[in-house]
Amino acid sequence: MAEEKKPLDWNTAEEKKLELRLGLPGEGEDWSPSPEKGKKFTPLEASLSLGHVSKVPRSNNFTASPATKREAFQQPKQLEFMQLQKAKEKACDGLLQNSSHASRIAATPVVGWPPIRSFRKNLAGAPQLSTESPNESSKAAKKPENERKSLFVKINMDGIPIGRKVDIKAYDSYDKLSLAVDELFQGLMAAQMDPLALGTPKISQEKQVITGLLDGTGEFTLAYEDNEGDRMLVGDVPWDMFVFTAKRLRVLKSSNLSTSSLGAVSRKRSNGS
Amino acid sequence: MIEAAEPENSREWSDPEVHEGRLGPIFEDFAFFFSRVLVLFCPQSAVDLRSFACEAGAAGNSCIKDLSLGCVLFVVPVLTKLEVESKVREKNFRCCGAMTYFPDEVVEHIFDFLSSHRDRNNVSTVCKAWYLVEQLSRLRVFVGNCYAVRPERVMARFPGMKCLTVKGKPHFADFNLVPHDWGGDALPWIETAARCCPGLEELRLKRMVVSDESLELLARAFPNFKSLVLISCEGFSTDGLAEIATHCRGLRELDLQENEVEDHGRQWLSCFPDSCTSLVSLNFACLKGEVNTSALERLVARCQNLRCLKLNRAISIESLIKILARAPNLVELGTGSFTADHRTEAYQNLLNAFYKCNSIRNLSGFWDAAPRYLQAIYSICSSLTVLNLSYAPAIQVNDLIKMIRHCFKLQKLWVLDSIGDKGLAAVACACKELQELRVFPSDVYGTGIAAVTEEGLVAISSGCPKLNSLLYFCHQMTNAALITVAKNCPHFTRFRLCILDPVKPDPISNEPLDEGFGAIVKSCKDLKRLSLSGLLTDKVFLYIGMYASRLEMLSIAFAGESDKGMVYVLNGCKNLKKLEIRDSPFGDAALLENVGKYETMRSLWMSSCDVTQGGCKALAAKMPRLNVEVINEREESDEMVENPSDMHRVEKMYVYRTLTGPRDDAPDFVWTF
Repeated sequence: MAEEKKPLDWNTAEEKKLELRLGLPGEGEDWSPSPEKGKKFTPLEASLSLGHVSKVPRSNNFTASPATKREAFQQPKQLEFMQLQKAKEKACDGLLQNSSHASRIAATPVVGWPPIRSFRKNLAGAPQLSTESPNESSKAAKKPENERKSLFVKINMDGIPIGRKVDIKAYDSYDKLSLAVDELFQGLMAAQMDPLALGTPKISQEKQVITGLLDGTGEFTLAYEDNEGDRMLVGDVPWDMFVFTAKRLRVLKSSNLSTSSLGAVSRKRSNGS
Repeated sequence: MIEAAEPENSREWSDPEVHEGRLGPIFEDFAFFFSRVLVLFCPQSAVDLRSFACEAGAAGNSCIKDLSLGCVLFVVPVLTKLEVESKVREKNFRCCGAMTYFPDEVVEHIFDFLSSHRDRNNVSTVCKAWYLVEQLSRLRVFVGNCYAVRPERVMARFPGMKCLTVKGKPHFADFNLVPHDWGGDALPWIETAARCCPGLEELRLKRMVVSDESLELLARAFPNFKSLVLISCEGFSTDGLAEIATHCRGLRELDLQENEVEDHGRQWLSCFPDSCTSLVSLNFACLKGEVNTSALERLVARCQNLRCLKLNRAISIESLIKILARAPNLVELGTGSFTADHRTEAYQNLLNAFYKCNSIRNLSGFWDAAPRYLQAIYSICSSLTVLNLSYAPAIQVNDLIKMIRHCFKLQKLWVLDSIGDKGLAAVACACKELQELRVFPSDVYGTGIAAVTEEGLVAISSGCPKLNSLLYFCHQMTNAALITVAKNCPHFTRFRLCILDPVKPDPISNEPLDEGFGAIVKSCKDLKRLSLSGLLTDKVFLYIGMYASRLEMLSIAFAGESDKGMVYVLNGCKNLKKLEIRDSPFGDAALLENVGKYETMRSLWMSSCDVTQGGCKALAAKMPRLNVEVINEREESDEMVENPSDMHRVEKMYVYRTLTGPRDDAPDFVWTF
């Protein structure tokens, strides 16, 4: 595999043209209230961007095309976006350390990519249905399955354009998940408020603790989308069933609950599905 | 110089011996021969009949060895008369002047040998007489886009329809790019068929929304209904299946492939009455819930003609053993979970059960297969032609290799990429008859450890020269590998490569993969379907436009540099039927460059490209027989949805030819311009 080459200089026009960045979680979804509505952040532009550090091929044979079309892809707010990305990179928990990160992040964040059916995506993670008292042989069968320990699902938060991914298999209860979500977004919320002062997750006075995610008491509430596409509040079903059926998570402003989520649920029902 | 027409697909030939020789065996041969000639010539729109007759005569001479002498004597005067008549124009009545010597019954009998939809469509455009004969005798109708034509029109044209196939949502719906309520409701088709074609026997639906209400209507409205095939559909539950089981007397086939089915309980299987003995094929592998296993065992026992049975994951080995004992003549089997509930002597029983099943040729399932149980099937591996292990992440590569070594007759193999390059090398050694290979990603969110690379593919290509269909998910690919594959396997009809990192170049040369894919299209002259990935410039599209003349479906993602790319394809691929593009820099100029092309295609999908609302409007204005649909999903609180300007880029656009005008069931986020 080729080494990932970090760009030496962000300013090269050619590199900028071919640079791929993280996009807004807007492609094909109706979850994201983009804080900046308008052409500058149309999901179209955003979804072209991937979280690459660099994918610029350096070979002589590859000539950059005339700038006309590629530049159409340029984010007008390119600089700010790069800063947000840097904030994200620093807020990540050591994800950026290995060189495989870039390829991993590239492989996962885009909607509908890789092009496989949903039921194939979580094959390794889905538990057996039938057994209640597993014996040795089925345990042996389960082992290779359980060794695939991660189940990363996307998680977005109202008001924050960049989402995260969380491994829900890493927790065994709703409380632990709630704590993890809190930690995950604190750094981003802080960075969002002050994109240039990134890097230190403990910006002491500014730190907002996200509490009350599960019981509706807090400013935010945790919800998820299940395997049937319905939006649900986290906490109703047993933890194992939640892990099996949850496809993505969302941290909603509690005040938004009545309008957005339930509206969508009742829309689905009325179509008789 | 005409070569004797080779069948594109062996199933398209109707065996003439199957037909009763109403007019004697000589005529049968003639009718069969003539039908082949029609296949050769009718697709060409401007054929000089004189030359047609001469060359057909030459072809007839070269076919003599297959025909009796009497047939030749019959053919030559007919063709001479054709020569005398006149040139053929598509709608010119005189073009088939000689054919008026044949009574309709004869023409119809000739058409009986044309089983492909394309051929029948083509002959129906030759002249009015043929159109009428063809429409009244057509039994199998294929509708590639449910919104291209109204059900009433279809059934008015083909009143004798016995088998209907309808497809709904665009292909990218499989990857969640099409919103949930987009459309594709099957109910109008079923309702209309219930009114107009109550003799319907088979229904095949793909990517459609099928409600329980639709299934209930289906179950009650067609007394001769025999076969229901639902592929990638949704909207129904086990209640709908219960209706089918209860009311479809004489049901032969219930085939559910990869559908989203709501589980409302296990009793649907018990709804097959005791009098039901006609089942030949039952596939419920996609159901998530449990089924009533004793009802299943009884059903299997009384359906002595059952040849295909695909169980779902909820079925354990214990149940499987009992089922196999009652159905030793199965040809296709989906094994269920392939793991045991209790500590039993399951292994020995399983071995015995499989030992008795000599007819199994097609195996799938294995969701939770434990290695020791896998050994039980070694005895049947050597007769397998189809093996699908793509639901079985639990199978380790070494067990896989041990199994594959026995499968020397295998033609179709679906696996996960955990098989690795090493496993693929084993396949290349053992499976010399392999025609189709699909390698799916096993750990999509994982660590990016390269499971299969270009090496595995190259090994397969050199070991399996009959390979013609490929779906390959991998972490990297090189131009050199693709060039080698193209050389080794010039017979590809389907080539779908998905490099998991969407814009990855050749890791060795750091170049785009233009040359590699170029080699594929240049070498594989019969290529019908192509999916691209990796870093690609406009050049690859230049190659595709130049060489891929038989290409019918092209999938593009994150590729190209400018409008030129798309234009190369639209101007070049004359047989293109479906084009789907995402995240590529093609805009209005490309969209509007060759608008007439879209009427020769079934559909065009573009998402996250550079097409603007103005461009869509312009296309719609120029081409009134296309539906230009734009999908605009927004939060309810979004003000922009009210009046986006024409400069606004569209997220998703779906364009298709249609006879019906804008559809009346479009949800509010779908705008038809």
